[in-house]
Amino acid sequence: MERVLRPAVLAEISRLAQLYAHPRSALLPALHAAQDQVGYLSEAAMTDVADALGLPVSEVASVATFYSMFHPGPVGRHQIRVCTNLSCYLNGCGEVLDRLCGLLGIRPGETTPDGRVTLEAVECLAACEEAPVMLVDADRHPRMTSAAVDDLLGRLD
Amino acid sequence: MVPALPLLTKYLGQPGREAIDAFLATGGYQAAAHALRDLQPDQIIAIVEASGLRGRGGAGFPTGRKWRLTPKREGDVRYLVVNADEGEPGTFKDRTLIEGDPHQVLEGMIITAYANQVHRAYIYLRGEFFLGYQRLSRALAEARDRGHVGRNILGSGFDLEIVIHRGAGSYICGEETALLESLEGRRGFPRLKPPYYPAVRGLYDQPTVLNNVETMAHIPHILSLGPDGYKASGPPILYSVSGHVTAPGVKELPIGTPLREIIFQHSGGLRPGRTFKALFPGGSSSALLTAEHLDTPADFEPLAKLGSMLGSSAIIVMDDSACIPAVIRRTVEFYRDESCGKCTPCREGTVWLAQILDRILAGAGRMEDLDLLDAIARNMTGTCFCPLGESVPPSLRTSLRYFRAEYEHHVRTGSCDLRPAAAAAQAPGPGGG
Repeated sequence: MERVLRPAVLAEISRLAQLYAHPRSALLPALHAAQDQVGYLSEAAMTDVADALGLPVSEVASVATFYSMFHPGPVGRHQIRVCTNLSCYLNGCGEVLDRLCGLLGIRPGETTPDGRVTLEAVECLAACEEAPVMLVDADRHPRMTSAAVDDLLGRLD
Repeated sequence: MVPALPLLTKYLGQPGREAIDAFLATGGYQAAAHALRDLQPDQIIAIVEASGLRGRGGAGFPTGRKWRLTPKREGDVRYLVVNADEGEPGTFKDRTLIEGDPHQVLEGMIITAYANQVHRAYIYLRGEFFLGYQRLSRALAEARDRGHVGRNILGSGFDLEIVIHRGAGSYICGEETALLESLEGRRGFPRLKPPYYPAVRGLYDQPTVLNNVETMAHIPHILSLGPDGYKASGPPILYSVSGHVTAPGVKELPIGTPLREIIFQHSGGLRPGRTFKALFPGGSSSALLTAEHLDTPADFEPLAKLGSMLGSSAIIVMDDSACIPAVIRRTVEFYRDESCGKCTPCREGTVWLAQILDRILAGAGRMEDLDLLDAIARNMTGTCFCPLGESVPPSLRTSLRYFRAEYEHHVRTGSCDLRPAAAAAQAPGPGGG
């Protein structure tokens, strides 16, 4: 059967499996590696991970769906995660999220039709001193305001 | 001479601090070298016991005793697992340590591993900590290159491999047994204690020392200063202060500093024109406190006496613009969404509570809903495998006790009695992710 994961990714999964007494422990890291390549966890990608670690596909899918960072379907080129937990809530994350929804024309959990941005409302990002805070892909943006949202979206490709 | 604080956060924020040379230049890795060269594992455990250090993940179990309880049978495989899955709302000290001084955490791990004769350690790192992962990975590679991690560390004959394991978005995995399930490649469902106390039956059913990131960062200082010097320095604790204060951040202070001092002297106090309303002293799982409690020392026993807890020492401050029922709804929604679904009282209880709070905040509440909320919360207490279900009742029940009038006002008038709260009370979308 044809593999969707590239040989380098499969090799990385084999390397990860060596780091644990039981290869199954490498499941989360392997799913991260698969998602990094594909963009989300397609059935084909999960099948490759399952084969690489000697697990049933159903087990892999069961685990993958438990964790919020694993995507069951395609996501945008950029991911914006807005913290909505207490400290951010008290400091106006609602306004930030509203502004993003308005400018992008989507609601939290949705992706813009052009595939540019996926917007998520997420739980505490452990950066409460920077409230309201959000992640744009891997970068944290502190003390967000509506104006900062405008500026940021303007610079995002 | 009494060493002055800060100890753990002294170099945070210094550019380039995450590089090993910067760390070595200030005496970094000397405590680990001393431990491996001059001390027996048992002596280190005795020193940590004498320091009085209590685990900084939230439960506050004495660290030395935890190590002592971990069986050291010859031939057993033992593990060290560091819980870096910081997710308790309001808590950000561990992320700050990892990003700002990652080698300090690694040094604590080396000493801990040696004291417990562990040769393989895992850091379970929150998936969302992208910067932390980058910095910690680089620090680990450097430490390995310079012989501080790996085989025969600094010629001592002691071997230690450290693996960074990224989580993938799940609050419950911060609970120690759920974390181990996750580390074994499963859904993060908590295990039943007993028999699954990690110290005796942890990772792969082997004895496992499971410690928090901040706990690790204390260890090198305890060895350097000795238990008495360490205690005389405070002993220190990291408070994560956020919410309605003008200078939020990680505050390293002597444990037991009064809440008032932490908020008004060290965190900039409130915004101009605002008055203090309430706080969570130990993350959103802790019971609310009010102005009458502000002179309480922020320490384990004094907060427990008030029916609250120090927990992860995350102090979330609320001024008079906060609508308490709305804050509690946000908290309940969080636990509802993060419940793993295993235990019925937690899975169902959080949903019911959220529905009732929605009803009250939408202006369709009934006066008997207030007692219903309290009754549901009571029935969640002591009926779940893990502390997640137990995390909801404290704040909910104390909010009903201290701020019942606010709930009643919502029920009676269908609106908030706080004019300025309108902005703060706007829920950021249903469910909030």
